[in-house]
Amino acid sequence: MSSTWKAGNSFGRLPSTHIVYLVALLTLVVGAVLVATTGRNFFSPGNISSILTGTSVLGFIAIGQTLVILVGSLDLSVPYVTSLASLIAAGVMANSSSNILPGVLLALGVSAVIGLANGLIVAGLKVHGFIATLGMGLIISGYLATNFKGSFGQTPFAFRLVGATGLGPVPVSTLIMLACAVLAMVLLHRTRVGHHIYAVGGDLNVARMSGIRVQTPIITAHIICSVLAGMAGLLLASRLGVGSPTVGSQGGYDLLSIAAVVLGGTLLAGGKGSITGTLGGVLIFAMLDNIMSVMQLNPFVKDVVRGIVIVVAVAVYARRTILKRPPRFGHGQPEEPATKQEVAA
Amino acid sequence: MGEVTSKHAAPGPSAEAAGAPAPRPQQAPVLEVRGLGKSFFGIPVLQDARLSLHAGEVHGLVGENGAGKSTLMKVLAGVYQRDEGTVLIDGEEVHFSHPTQAHEAGLSTVFQEFNLLPDRTVAENIYLGREPRKGLMVNRALMNTSTAELLESLGITSIRPTAQVRSLSVAEQQIVEIAKAVSYEARIISMDEPTAALAGPEVKLLYGIINRLRERGTAILYVSHRLREIFDLCDTITVLKDGRIVDTRPAADLDDSTLVRMMVGRPISAYFPDKLPQEEMAEPPSTTPLLEVADAGNGQLDSISFSIEAGEIVGLAGLQGSGRTELVQAIFGAQPFSRGTMRVDGIEMLPRSPRQAIRGRIALITEDRKAEGLSLNLSLLDNALSVIRSVFPSQTGGVKREVPGMFSALEVVARDLGQEVQYLSGGNQQKVVLAKWLAISPRIVLLDEPTRGIDVGAKVAVYRLMRQLAAEGTAVLMVSSELPEVIGMSDRILVMRDGRLAGELPAGVTEERILQLATGARNGNGNNDGGGGPSNVFPPSGGNGEGKPA
Repeated sequence: MSSTWKAGNSFGRLPSTHIVYLVALLTLVVGAVLVATTGRNFFSPGNISSILTGTSVLGFIAIGQTLVILVGSLDLSVPYVTSLASLIAAGVMANSSSNILPGVLLALGVSAVIGLANGLIVAGLKVHGFIATLGMGLIISGYLATNFKGSFGQTPFAFRLVGATGLGPVPVSTLIMLACAVLAMVLLHRTRVGHHIYAVGGDLNVARMSGIRVQTPIITAHIICSVLAGMAGLLLASRLGVGSPTVGSQGGYDLLSIAAVVLGGTLLAGGKGSITGTLGGVLIFAMLDNIMSVMQLNPFVKDVVRGIVIVVAVAVYARRTILKRPPRFGHGQPEEPATKQEVAA
Repeated sequence: MGEVTSKHAAPGPSAEAAGAPAPRPQQAPVLEVRGLGKSFFGIPVLQDARLSLHAGEVHGLVGENGAGKSTLMKVLAGVYQRDEGTVLIDGEEVHFSHPTQAHEAGLSTVFQEFNLLPDRTVAENIYLGREPRKGLMVNRALMNTSTAELLESLGITSIRPTAQVRSLSVAEQQIVEIAKAVSYEARIISMDEPTAALAGPEVKLLYGIINRLRERGTAILYVSHRLREIFDLCDTITVLKDGRIVDTRPAADLDDSTLVRMMVGRPISAYFPDKLPQEEMAEPPSTTPLLEVADAGNGQLDSISFSIEAGEIVGLAGLQGSGRTELVQAIFGAQPFSRGTMRVDGIEMLPRSPRQAIRGRIALITEDRKAEGLSLNLSLLDNALSVIRSVFPSQTGGVKREVPGMFSALEVVARDLGQEVQYLSGGNQQKVVLAKWLAISPRIVLLDEPTRGIDVGAKVAVYRLMRQLAAEGTAVLMVSSELPEVIGMSDRILVMRDGRLAGELPAGVTEERILQLATGARNGNGNNDGGGGPSNVFPPSGGNGEGKPA
């Protein structure tokens, strides 16, 4: 019965993820043309590799952010977790390849504990994620600022390879990020806790009335988000060869990851969205960055373009959600001269 | 169920069953409620409720709004905890502090408000919280096939388990809700107005589901305002009034007029204030109606034509979802008309936003005062001034001086004007909403369920205010689900059905007449599936004369 009105507004009815990938394709085409005008090849292995490298750090964080946003929370502490993880890893490894495993485990373990704390504050104390993680971020950033002046520790050569090698044009780091994305998708779509993440973010009350322990999905999402931020820190430590107390906050990963998630069609209020959409959002940002640096635009323009993309995307999604109820009569278009067809009724 | 068929075969309310004992004494009840009481903030909403439900029985629960039906269901479901009394399931006393415990005991409830996640699939909604697993993974295949089987067992083949709930019609969503309730292996299902949002053929679908459940031996507690459904479906009927059980009787012993008398119980006339004499107007009353809507419509409304004279109170009746709220929202410009014309005092005006409507001195008292009527953490004064401040800022000073007088005229009980409105009772909050709109000296006042959830004293104050507004020459349009209120207050009654005006009725018609127009039921010989007697809910009342189709 609803097929008649659906036909009218085809763009408005597309699933958000399709729009994201359409926009990504558009960015690709426009980028290729623009880059070609400067006499370079957008599709050269080197350039593709550089775009994909650009996706991996933000990718890790945005995947985690997707889970947290889906469950109805937010995580603003990710950049500080990233910095802290890079410092722990580089500090523990201290240029010795035998310490790689303890370094990785300790960095991720500390990240998980931070995520657990975030989750407990949000789920147990009922503090909104925005505030809980803002506070957590401030605590970590204070610790980093007082205890580290500049870079710290050193990662061994074997570990640095992770950030430097690739299969053809595809960097290993991107592959690891994609593997994490697949795991996150499996979690969301194939496990109970994943289903409950959507349920809790969609309507806390419905979830509770259906007998779900609503704390579990919230805490799980926060832990995974922090661990993935820690992964980003490990990757940065591998690339830089050292740990840095400012590597996360310089990247602006808190707001950028939220932007990528929202660009990917996930509702900021939670309950609806996907990892695939987020990956599309991350890809768009990586391509934009690449195009603008190849074109040697100044950093100000870069931020303006990013800003416009985010706002336009969300405006498009907002228009779509307004049409939540199918009209009973006609198309509901304003000023439609529909009197003639009504006479027949 | 032999008794069901015999009920349908019976030629109406027969004398044979008069004074019959309680039905089915041969079987122990599945659910038994004794002496149940519940009060909120010291106000009793349910007192000494008794009820027994047998396997395979459909038990109707009727009563006016505020009679305590929903409270009773919520206590049974474990949403509220009872203050006193006992609830027995299969003879054992139960205490539920959470709906999941009720589910485990075999009692599930279909609530009035939807409890579905619109962005998840049908199967995901039905198995929410107890998804079948294979190892660590959710077994989606099993979840989808068992959903399909479940729906098929209810006679539904049109809903795909993988469809997103948002894409379903309201009726289909309601079916999913019921399927979810059934999926808990429930032996007792209570349904709170499951047809409130459904139209004719969809209701038939629901009948089919309920009859299947009855055949399986499920006990059903069925709340509805539609008497026709109650008589079509129920074996036994319990009437609630003002929180107390009036009586429980076999459906065959009752007819609609007896039932309505039991539900209403009190003389309505004493409740509603008399019309006030029209105040002397400086100029002779003009012949143009104050509000005139002609052939207007939008996505939810169609072919709406009516007018209201100055000094008239017009009631707008109709079932939930029939477009009543949409109509007042359209007049107010909140969901504007996209076609047709509207005249205010003879001057053409089609508000495209609430601001334009307010500039035309149109006021809308919305259905949900907490969400749309008040800023709960602002003071009485700030709430009363909110509209005038934003739309007519230059008049704020003058109105501000009148606010204390306005509040005392409305008998608002509050500590002082600076008190936050969230601490007021529902009735007093509603009076603040009214004061806010009176501040703009409206010419047209639209009221959407103005007495929902407020006490009797505040109700009477609202009625008196409406009378006074009318006497001062304001046009009043009141949406209400409480038919006694519509009948008691209106000079004329407009009835809506499926987004259109189904007709207009004069003052003083019966509730049956309104319901008949609202449900689209035929006059007199309205027997649907070949049955007679009890489906004859609406007595013939003088042909179609009074119902002018719009």
